Amino acid sequence: MALNDTTLSAPTPALGLRKAWRRLRSVPPLVTLCIAWLVLMIVTALAANLLAPYSITAFDLKARLAPTLLLGGKLAHPLGTDELGRDVLSRLIVSIRMSLLIAFFGTLISTALGTTLGFLAAHFRGKVEQLVLIAIDFQASMPFMIIALSVLAFFGNSLLLFVALMGFNSWERYARITRGLTLAANEQGYASAVRQLGAGPARIYGLHILPNIASTLIVSMTLTFPEIILLESGLSFLGLGVQPPLTSLGNMVGYGREYITRAPWIMLAPAAVIVMTTFSISLLGDWLRDRLDPTLR
Amino acid sequence: MSPLLEAVDLHRHYSVRTGGGLFAGKAVLRAVDGVSFRIRAGQTLGLVGESGCGKSTTGKLALGLIPPSSGEMRYDGERMPAAGSPAWRALRRRLQMVYQDPLGALDRRLPIGTQIAEPLVIHGIGAVSERRDRALSIMESVGLQRHQFGRYPHELSGGQRQRVVLARALITEPRLLVCDEPISALDVSIQAQVVNLLLDLQERLGIAYLFISHDLRIVRQVSHDVAVMYLGRIVERGDAENVFARPAHPYTRALVSAIPTVGDKRERILLGGDPPSPANVPPGCSFHTRCPFATAQCRSEIPTLQPQDDGREVACHRVRETALRLVA
Repeated sequence: MALNDTTLSAPTPALGLRKAWRRLRSVPPLVTLCIAWLVLMIVTALAANLLAPYSITAFDLKARLAPTLLLGGKLAHPLGTDELGRDVLSRLIVSIRMSLLIAFFGTLISTALGTTLGFLAAHFRGKVEQLVLIAIDFQASMPFMIIALSVLAFFGNSLLLFVALMGFNSWERYARITRGLTLAANEQGYASAVRQLGAGPARIYGLHILPNIASTLIVSMTLTFPEIILLESGLSFLGLGVQPPLTSLGNMVGYGREYITRAPWIMLAPAAVIVMTTFSISLLGDWLRDRLDPTLR
Repeated sequence: MSPLLEAVDLHRHYSVRTGGGLFAGKAVLRAVDGVSFRIRAGQTLGLVGESGCGKSTTGKLALGLIPPSSGEMRYDGERMPAAGSPAWRALRRRLQMVYQDPLGALDRRLPIGTQIAEPLVIHGIGAVSERRDRALSIMESVGLQRHQFGRYPHELSGGQRQRVVLARALITEPRLLVCDEPISALDVSIQAQVVNLLLDLQERLGIAYLFISHDLRIVRQVSHDVAVMYLGRIVERGDAENVFARPAHPYTRALVSAIPTVGDKRERILLGGDPPSPANVPPGCSFHTRCPFATAQCRSEIPTLQPQDDGREVACHRVRETALRLVA
């Protein structure tokens, strides 16, 4: 790839900045908002320990079920407190970190798993392909919630197991996409051409097919990410996800529902974060799909 | 002199299902059914025939991309190694391919310069710094500009893309290029450019071509020898000038008569019907269903390639009678 660098005359820094600015301005305002929200979420997740004003398990028994600022609460607890007097804002910040962590690693695992299986199926064909296809059909025909429930019921719950389980969500989509696109590329096109040049499988799959199908996979990842957040929320809501004293967005919604009439702020804050984040990622994915097509550049 | 590439009684059969459904019967599709040919260094063998006659399969067999069902491919007297094996991959330096659809054969995400230099990287030829210069010089020799090095395939015209494919194929200094319909996807004006480029490269570098095409005029222009295929078999083979000037097999005659020429008064030979399915080849001579000269013998006995007086080979039972009639 050294060939690449030498050909492009390096643009002057000022020109590069202006170019970057022009690019930035071409982003639609709604997408900009989404990106801003996601950046806020990531910063919150990274700096959770610094940002959270209280420990998530610190009780303030004198201020139990204190309302948010909007409903006439005090500045000490801007988003109110829950039934044990724990600060909702602190819990929300830590929950964002937990949920993003699970969703991030879950997406990464499912992408890696699905893509690898898809490549294997397309490369070896025959028995391997049949096996992968059977697994794909099995996964696709079984609601993942049921699989997740039974795994958690049998094996108990630990954070590691939970993240790995989330990684098995929707891997079949990546496997299908990868297999289909690889078969097409192998049959007639750049992949078979590179093979005919004498390239080994590592070069064909790593340097040619993967970059070509990456845009499809990335867009698919933006679908999986919110899915996992929602799945995690659902499972935590049912009490099978993240276990107290750890907290996650879904876990907060789940435990907050008992107080929905008396203290709705306990579950509204995490619910709003879930909605905003999943919506932002979906919209960003939609926009990325258009941006990543090389022929549209 | 031993041939550069030799095909000995190549067969390539596919098992296909007849009809749909769970209980569909199985049939054998004989895509290539007993094809032999030789290509000498620096020479061109033209392979012609209508769609579905097995031309492209023969091209893939010639490169060892797919294994033959029986028979064998020999390069430089040695049997072609299995596709994907290290020996086969190493042989890619010498055997290259030019594709019908140059845009499909190029990676849309990489600049063309990187792709042209890629065979050097794959085969570990030359120093890293040297590769760029070699890519630039090969680009110039196929008529691409140096400044196009960093361009992407979709930024080039069809003819330029085909030049990129050619440059990539030529950079390892191959001894044989298989050109599978290299010009049929191009404009007529660009076709001529690419054909002239191919001829020029052959003259300068002594590359042999297996030139697969259904365009008889182009084949006549580039080929030293020509082989006419019908339903997976070669029906006539010989010196290109001879075959096109005096086609002997009834099928070749029909093909040649279909070449449009200016001020032509010749009679067109129109073949009735479609070629039979290669999954259900008629017994005897596979051409008898459309041949105006077919006899009972043609319907039962498969004709083999027989050498004629002028050196060509024809697979037809009635070649002498029909040739006489043609002269008369």
